[in-house]
Order: sequence, then C-alpha cells, then structure tokens
Amino acid sequence: MSEIKKVLTEPLFGKNPIAVQILGICSALAVTTSLKVTLVMCVALTLVTACSSASIALIRNQIPNNIRIIVQMIIIASLVIVVDQILKAYAYDVSKQLSVFVGLIITNCIVMGRAEAFAMKNGPVLSFFDGIGNGLGYSLMLISVGTIRELFGAGKLLGFEILPLVKDGGWYVPNGLLLLPPSAFFIIALFIWALRAWKKELVEKAEFKILPNTEHSGGH
Amino acid sequence: MGLRSILDNLAPHFEKGGKYEKMYPLYEAVDTGLYSPPNVTNNTAHVRDGIDLKRIMITVWACTFPALFFGMYNIGLQANEAIAAGNGTVLEGWRELLIALLGGSGHNAASLWDNLVFGAAYFLPVYATTFIVGGFWEVLFATIRRHEVNEGFFVTSILFALTLPPTIPLWQVALGISFGVVIGKEVFGGTGKNFLNPALAGRAFLFFAYPASMSGNAVWTAADGFTGATALGSAAEGGVTSILNSGITWMDAFLGTIQGSMGETSTLAILIGGAVLMIMNIAAWRIVAGVMVGMVAFSLLLNGIGSDTNPMFALPWYWHLVLGGFAFGMVFMATDPVSASMTNKGKWVFGALIGFMVVMIRVVNPAFPEGMMLAILFANLFAPLIDHFVVQANIKRRIARVS
Repeated sequence: MSEIKKVLTEPLFGKNPIAVQILGICSALAVTTSLKVTLVMCVALTLVTACSSASIALIRNQIPNNIRIIVQMIIIASLVIVVDQILKAYAYDVSKQLSVFVGLIITNCIVMGRAEAFAMKNGPVLSFFDGIGNGLGYSLMLISVGTIRELFGAGKLLGFEILPLVKDGGWYVPNGLLLLPPSAFFIIALFIWALRAWKKELVEKAEFKILPNTEHSGGH
Repeated sequence: MGLRSILDNLAPHFEKGGKYEKMYPLYEAVDTGLYSPPNVTNNTAHVRDGIDLKRIMITVWACTFPALFFGMYNIGLQANEAIAAGNGTVLEGWRELLIALLGGSGHNAASLWDNLVFGAAYFLPVYATTFIVGGFWEVLFATIRRHEVNEGFFVTSILFALTLPPTIPLWQVALGISFGVVIGKEVFGGTGKNFLNPALAGRAFLFFAYPASMSGNAVWTAADGFTGATALGSAAEGGVTSILNSGITWMDAFLGTIQGSMGETSTLAILIGGAVLMIMNIAAWRIVAGVMVGMVAFSLLLNGIGSDTNPMFALPWYWHLVLGGFAFGMVFMATDPVSASMTNKGKWVFGALIGFMVVMIRVVNPAFPEGMMLAILFANLFAPLIDHFVVQANIKRRIARVS
C-alpha cells in the first residue's frame, strides 16, 4: 500500500515529469492556451500512461529485449488511437483544437519513459498507479500553466469571463504574450525556479565556481 | 573628507556581522558610486585603466542625453502641432495639470518651452517608473544573491524608457522593466551573465504582450484622437514617395522631427552621443560599422532585385538609417558589451548580422514594420556562437603556423 502511495505522490513535486525531469514539454507549450483543452489533454495522457504501463508490465517477462521499444510503441499507439477515436466521437471540437497533439502522445517522453523505466521492472498494479501518478504530475503542471495563460491572456477560465476585458467595457487589458507559445516556457521556467527554491535537494552541485578576482578585505 | 568619513563610520554596520548586513549591496552602491572602489588587485600583470565599469556605464548614460532632450522636445512638438492643426485634442489628466503648472498649457508648437515641458511630462514619469520598479528588482536580487548593485541598470533603464512610445500606460512600463530585469538578466546571474539585452527583452515583452500600446498609428503622438502612420508605416505602403507625400523629408527624419518612440527619432542626436562613446572606446566601433555595412549591403541588394508589389524593396539605405529605431539600436543597443560578441572579428559579423536582419524584417516580413529590436535580440542569441568560431579559427591558424 505504501508503495502505491509513493508512486502516486512522488511525481507530483519531487519527481515531477515536467518540472524536474523536463519531459513532455512540447505538448505543455501547445495545449495550454485554454484550460478546457488542457484538461482533456491531461485526462488523455494520464489514462494512456496508466493503461500502457499496466499492459506492458503484464507482459514484461515475455517481451524480447531487442524489440522491446517496438512492442511498447505498439501498445501505446493502440491506446492513443482509442483515445483519439473517443474524442472524435464525443468531443469533436476539443479534438479539433488538440489536432495532432493527441496523436503525439505516442511519442510523449513521459509515456515512453514510464514504460521503459518503470513498467519493465515492476508489476502491473504498481505500474498502473505509477502511470496515474506521473499523469497527475503532468496534469498539475499543465493545469497551472493553462490557468495562468487563459486567465491573464484572455480574461477567462473554461470560457467563463473572470476578468472583464477593456474591449468589452471592462477594465482588464489582456496580455497577448500569454497566448503565444513562448509564454509557456517562461511560466514553466518560473515554476521550476520556485520548485527548486522550495526543494533544495533538486539543485545540482555546481560544476565549478568562479573565484572572486579581488580579495574583499572590508573597510578602506 | 566629511562624506568619506561618514561612509567609513557607517561601513561596520553593513559589513559581515553588522546590524544591516543584508543591506550591504545598497551601501556598496552608494559608496563606490561616490568614490573609487577600495578593492585592488593583489596579483601581478593586470591591465590598469582609470576607467572602471561604473564610469563606463555612467558615460553611456550621459551619452543618451542628446537623444533624450531632443526626444522630449519632439514629443511636445509632435503633439502640439497635432493639437494646433486640429488633428487631435489635449489629453486631459494629471499630465496636463503638470504641464499647466509649468506654464506649457499654451500648446504652442513654436515655443521651445511648451514643447519641452510637454515632453518632460510624458517622458519623465515613464523614466521614473522604469527606474523605481527596475531598481527595486535590482536591489532585491542584489540583497538576496549577495552581489553588487550595478550601474548597468542606469543604462538599461534609460534605454528602455527611450524606446517606448510616449502614450504607454505606466503599469505596462512597470511590467516591461520587471520582465527585462528579472527574466532578461537576473535569472541568469545578474549583470554580465545575461545573453540578451535586458532593455530590449523588456521592450519585446511589451511588444508582444500589449501590441495595441506598442505599435500601430495611434500611439506615437500624445494627442487625444490623433492617428498618423509612422514614416516606416507609410514606407511600407508606398515607399519613399509615400513618406515624402506625408510631409516628411529626409532631413526631418535625420533631425528627428517626426513621430516615433521617445528617444529614437533623431538620428543626429543619437550619432552625437554615439560619436562620444566610440571616441572614448566604450562602444565598439566595429559593431556599429558592421551594422552599417550589413544594412547598406543588403538594402542595395534588395534595391537591385526590386519588386512590383512591395515598395519597401526600393527603399534606399539612407532612408533605412534615419527611420524607426535603427540608429538608436545600432549605437546604444547593439554595442551592449555583455550581449554582443567579444572578439574583434566577431563584432563585425555580429553587427553585419543585425544590419542584414533589420532590413530583412522591415522589407520582407509584412507582419512587422520595424525590425531593429528583433534583429538585435536575434543577433544576441548568435553572439556566443560567432565568438566560438572566431576563437576556433584563431586556434587553427596558429596551430598551422607551428606544424
């Protein structure tokens, strides 16, 4: 039980796939302009990671080592196709907005990374929860980024007006930069900064230190 | 020696173990701002020069003054002319009260005082905001990270303020300089470790975040309801003829009596400051020359190619020189010693890249009428790479000599 708890909670902060392992950045930039799309992406990725990890863990002892990546890819791709078809059937608009990014879950480093690093060495139940945990870590990051971007970039959340815009007679001037992809880089970077300031053990040891060029003696 | 002894008496409070230990950067800034720094090199072999970083930065700051004062005069001139011609009305508000208080409420475009007061009422609040907000971040980081408050911020703040349009809201100024100082500089370790020009990073942030306050036809003249295409805007529509039709001659653009960013309009005033900087060896003349060569060469090439649909192709180089932020960027932004290339050959390449990119963006990219800011930021990214190749080439050449 405690193991399950560990694999569920660790990826939230200490081993966060985006902020610490710097994986899955491309989708984090592309789908966070509106919170609705972000949420759908988070659910899709969490489900795919969990199910693929569980399936791979189930047959991990049968997979020939040489072709393990191909086998993993087939399982992940099948799951992604299922998710894609479900979205097209029940949430067509969102699926349009997500465009290629659902398909790109196949190559998302988080899914592959968990399959290779965790599911190949652990049982299906634990792997399933590890997938969920990493999906949640990814979601936590994406939802935070998506909230900031939609709220300050468009004055809305999930399409509801929160900050009335100047052009509609309100007072808020939207920040156009937040709707452009680079802003996600800045926001994620600020999160990473905050996380490393909070959890000092994440900060790597400096490779070198520049010596001061003068001895500061103090006084004159 | 009164002041010196006061500072010396205060020193123990700010040094390690003192009451105000955390405030040491502030003390240090005041002390070394007034007197030469006390630190001396103990080792042998050291280049000695009477000038240090602080004096260099202050000199750059002073060299923007021609552009600054002409800019203030021109803000007033543009607005008062628009008001007199009935193209715009006086923007009411606290700034107008300030202008009236100083006797500039006549809005007479022929009066030097009216124009200057008007310009000051628009420029100085922007500059003050830049200085206070940016200075706050600077001191905050210096205190936490234990590094010195650097005079580099004098330069960053004035350059940032001079590149803004006069009508920009002050809260946007505050956001822009915060971005420039924190994301553009401090996160990389502070002065000397930034790879982008912080003033331009801040301006780019505003440009993309609030395009309505940073570009277009309505922001360049501080008169209510006034819209008028900038010279670059009209050039994009019909080339030189279009600029001349709007009543702007080349001399107007060179002297700077056209609308534009607060300190960027007068090529003459900028070149005066630039000449001082280059004579004193503070701004690298190689970069300035590189920018000119790149711009002239590429615009001559485009003149030669020609285009039936895009009149910007035919814009001659001497117009490129005097329009938009070209001169200002070339003299003050491209020559930033931290974000530019360091090697002598590299400076030529770096400058030429800027000159090439600015013409490229102005002429070929229809989305941006002005390209100086983007061109310099682009070249900033390449500066370390350029230096790397210059150094490698030098190593190769010297190895070839001995083997």
